[in-house]
Amino acid sequence: MSAAREAILSRLRAVARETRAGAAAVEARLADRKPNLVPARARQPRRETIDGFRRMAIEASAVVRRIRHTDDIPDAVMAILRSENRPARLAMAPDAMLEALGWNRAMVEIRSGRAEAHDEVGLSVAFAGIAETGTLMMASGPTSPATLGFLPESHIVVLSADDVRGAYEDGWALLRARGGLPRTVNFITGPSRSADIEQKLQMGAHGPRNLHILLIDPDAAEPPGDR
Amino acid sequence: MMSLKRPRVALFVTCLVDLFRPTVGFAAIKLLEAAGCAVEVPRLQTCCGQPAFNSGDSETARALARSVVGAFEGYDYVVAPSGSCGGMIKKHFPELFEHEPGWRARAEALAAKTFELVSFLVDVRKLDRVSARFSGTVTYHDSCSGLRELGVKEQPRRLLASVEGLRLVEHADAETCCGFGGTFCVKYPEISTHMVAEKCAQAAKTGAGHLLAGDLGCLLNMAGRMRREGRAVSVRHVAEVLADMAEGPGLGEAAGRWSP
Amino acid sequence: MVAVTSPAFEANARAALVDAKLQKALGHIKDGFVQRRTAAAARLPEFDALRDLAKEIKDHTLDHLDLYLAHFERRVTESGGVVHWCRDAAEARETVLTICHAAGAKSVTKGKSMVGEEIALNDFLEKNGIEPVETDLGEYIIQLRREPPSHIIAPAIHVNKEQVAEAFRAAHTELPADRPLEEPAALLAEARAMLRRKFLAADIGITGANFLIAETGSTVIVTNEGNGDLTQMLPRVHVVLASIEKVVPTLEDVSTILRLLARSATGQEFSVYTTFSTGPRRPADLDGPEQFHVILLDNGRSAMLGTPFQEMLRCIRCGACLNHCPVYGAVGGHAYGWVYPGPMGAVLTPWLVGLDQAKHLPNASTFCGKCESVCPMRIPLPGLMRRLRERAHLERLDAPVARGALAAWSFVARRPRLYCAVAAIAARTLASLGGRAGCLRRLPLARGWMQGRDMPAPEGRTFMAQWRERAR
Ligand code: SF4
Repeated sequence: MSAAREAILSRLRAVARETRAGAAAVEARLADRKPNLVPARARQPRRETIDGFRRMAIEASAVVRRIRHTDDIPDAVMAILRSENRPARLAMAPDAMLEALGWNRAMVEIRSGRAEAHDEVGLSVAFAGIAETGTLMMASGPTSPATLGFLPESHIVVLSADDVRGAYEDGWALLRARGGLPRTVNFITGPSRSADIEQKLQMGAHGPRNLHILLIDPDAAEPPGDR
Repeated sequence: MMSLKRPRVALFVTCLVDLFRPTVGFAAIKLLEAAGCAVEVPRLQTCCGQPAFNSGDSETARALARSVVGAFEGYDYVVAPSGSCGGMIKKHFPELFEHEPGWRARAEALAAKTFELVSFLVDVRKLDRVSARFSGTVTYHDSCSGLRELGVKEQPRRLLASVEGLRLVEHADAETCCGFGGTFCVKYPEISTHMVAEKCAQAAKTGAGHLLAGDLGCLLNMAGRMRREGRAVSVRHVAEVLADMAEGPGLGEAAGRWSP
Repeated sequence: MVAVTSPAFEANARAALVDAKLQKALGHIKDGFVQRRTAAAARLPEFDALRDLAKEIKDHTLDHLDLYLAHFERRVTESGGVVHWCRDAAEARETVLTICHAAGAKSVTKGKSMVGEEIALNDFLEKNGIEPVETDLGEYIIQLRREPPSHIIAPAIHVNKEQVAEAFRAAHTELPADRPLEEPAALLAEARAMLRRKFLAADIGITGANFLIAETGSTVIVTNEGNGDLTQMLPRVHVVLASIEKVVPTLEDVSTILRLLARSATGQEFSVYTTFSTGPRRPADLDGPEQFHVILLDNGRSAMLGTPFQEMLRCIRCGACLNHCPVYGAVGGHAYGWVYPGPMGAVLTPWLVGLDQAKHLPNASTFCGKCESVCPMRIPLPGLMRRLRERAHLERLDAPVARGALAAWSFVARRPRLYCAVAAIAARTLASLGGRAGCLRRLPLARGWMQGRDMPAPEGRTFMAQWRERAR
């Protein structure tokens, strides 16, 4: 439908107001990726940023468990499976760090790959955490299938405190440095919910009912644990 | 602080005050004089043109605006006991002349010196108290234009706080429209009635015996509904209370032929 | 075309006002959306500054819309997607159908899309033998009830849980008839289970777009349920329906506006899922669609550009103006008679279905200004409604009675001396009619007013008459 394309574009050109600055201004703006206004709450020192992330994620109904080291991941995951009375099965992102952990494969059945319809629990690794709203930034890719965060009833996400940033813009800067956008970037803030029936909030609409964040935070002041 | 020279203030009476509630006009004069102003009432005034403007008849609105500009531009200030008419002059007159630079400049000059009565007293004349007595509990409705176009919110409350014997209680959703809306109330009477019934219920819920506001349109609407529902809430313009001229019956109450 | 019942606004509104179920449902808005928005805005000190910036971003983009759209298209193509340009609803529907046919699609899942409603896509697909399944819970409910949405972010806000249960029982006949469906949780669980099957079976997923990003060629959806994500990641083909004004320059710009969207809409700090989709799945990806199509729809937008109504194109469909509108709160969304209700609908609908059809909408406002005061994009909604009234007046679309009354009034108001005399007579007459009661219960020519309230009687003599006497 290139006739439609030409018709629309030429119409847009014809009616544009004279406040228009022109093509050069557009190119300049697209090239200059300066953040506009970043709220003060997203511009805190490192420790406050990490704690702020945790606080906001909890407020959004995520369960945040702080662990000291990646080695603590299997125990934490098993504890979640038990606490939710899940069968000992896991759909896991084919991520080198996760694969290398000391899983007790006699105790838990782990399938690496994307999530399938029957998966109850998915485990993946966050690209970054955004403190201002307790948001997980997930970047899809061969080692990070997006389905893990949507098909299962429970989604467990590993996030390193080193990857926590203040603002969304910080996340974009990280991603650009890595070479641009993947097919999907998911900002996830708490578990799925709906208030479509009589405006009453209910958790677990189509996506996960539970969102667990395993925050690797070796120098947290308080002892590790839930919430 | 009042300046030594008494500013010349033209009172824009408003068509509803002229017709329904002259007391408000006299109350405004009393308050303005007490605040050190020399008040005049230009003869050639009818209406600010808002009914035409809001009905889409900009031609008529412009004609009326021109005559208001002509009649009022020679004064230091223009004051109206209404946020709605004040807003019309201050915010919308300049808009009306978007294609007539000459008139636009005059409209803007007039807009700059036009004020709603109570905010003029507090913000321009720096009044922070009045000498008046009123025994009773009142609740105050924030009329939409005054509130959202002119920022009238704290000023009436500040002055009411200085009225001897008066107690102010806020009703829920004081900032929610009463459903008057000029011609809206006759074009969509059922919706308007729904809104004013809600407003009256909220005001009555406070137990206050009096409902005050700064705009006669809203006041007629609310008083009319209060009377229809047989509620014992008296409705009147805030200027009457502030000027200590509230001894007569409220809007729509018996002995309506009372006059000052 | 969705049936347009906007000409019957008055009758629609009257019916809505006496609909007890609807009135109860509308009551939830105040304790929910309104209070939470107020709290969320208050909690972010930069909120108003972000509104100013968001306005600037959109104004700039709209002034250069052709350039940003062309850039967006280039980026989509580079990432392996296809952009389809459509002038109107018919072209957009045909484009969707062509994509469906090419993919051999039998069933389509849909994320919530107001543009989809605008072009009445579901009816069209059904007629062409393709099953469209709405997956947003609210949209699913109204699809089963075969009615249009009554709110742009809470489409089933007018429906109570008993009505949802009724719709589910009628539709899900394969489930045991005696299953309990009293609790919202049971309803949600049932919808989740039923829709899961649909997600997995669908050949094509269609979503809307909250934003398009020129810099990267990404499309953005914002949801709380996650349905939009399942819609776009499971089927082989992802189709995005977007109107042309959705584009913003960069990721930074969209971040600024996203800080306003959820706070204004539901009062959340951030919606649960904000998803940026760029092209189809990449070669080594384990999931995601194989095809990515973006339909860019004009449908009347370009006609608004370069006019004062360009401001309306900043709208991000947050719904705040509906939630805060006392008229919407009284009559609900269906009274407005088409896809977009409330203040934003009062401005947009006349452009999309014609002012003659929708002339009531811009009139059904008290101009209380609440919508403008909460609009995150600082759209002067009452001012735009007033401009539509002006057009209606110029095109003589306003009611003859109102026109006549206005003309008579303006004749008098333009003649101060005559006006004084008429006012003096009116004041006296009304005062004496009011008598000792101080109040009128009946008055010819004022039926509308008298229907719901009395008319306080004037004091008796006009201010001007008294003033002249004193001055003498
Ligand atoms: S007009 Fe403003 S408040 Fe209304 S939906 Fe659009 S952005 Fe939101």
